[in-house]
Amino acid sequence: MIQLTHEPIDYQASVERVRSHSAGAVLLFLGTVREMTQGRQTLALDYDAYPEMAKVQMQKLEAIARERWPIIELEIVHRLGHLELGDISISIAFSSPHRREAFEAGQFLIDEFKKVVPIWKQENWSDGTKEWVHQ
Amino acid sequence: MTLTILLFAQAKDLAETARCELELPAGATVADLRESLLARFPRLQPLSSRLLIAVNSEYVAEHVVLSPGSEVACFPPVSGG
Repeated sequence: MIQLTHEPIDYQASVERVRSHSAGAVLLFLGTVREMTQGRQTLALDYDAYPEMAKVQMQKLEAIARERWPIIELEIVHRLGHLELGDISISIAFSSPHRREAFEAGQFLIDEFKKVVPIWKQENWSDGTKEWVHQ
Repeated sequence: MTLTILLFAQAKDLAETARCELELPAGATVADLRESLLARFPRLQPLSSRLLIAVNSEYVAEHVVLSPGSEVACFPPVSGG
């Protein structure tokens, strides 16, 4: 299941939903709003998206991960809009039979998400300036 | 053909619009569209080669030929997560 939301992410509910009797491992990755980046202070982040394409790309990511690893249940949720320090921007939760494939799949999912899903963050720096992040 | 282009993030800010229409000849490629877009919005120049083009929610190569009715989007490298 993939989802974009403007509400706080209920990652605990995600974790519960992906739990399974077939699973020996459940993995959760949370991305959170960090205060310091290379010595500069962030007050908040604003996330914008191209929602239609973001969903297509997230579904493709899920499909690729399922081809490579024996994922049982999977939920990826990304939050959009204004996020404060410590807020959760992304939650990736899934279950698999064994831990090794879970860690591999988790690394792949967050790395690829950051490369292909059309979502952008704008920094609100402590000096009052705003700046789009383009990695 | 007339194509509607959606713009996002810094591309939207620099062009000062979230969408625009471009008139392109039949058989125009993604590279032609990029050139036409930069001519229409010279302020996109600082992003130029970093601008990504998507057609119908997929990333496309420069040589791909555009079709009327396609949903085209233009944006800088993504930074979600």
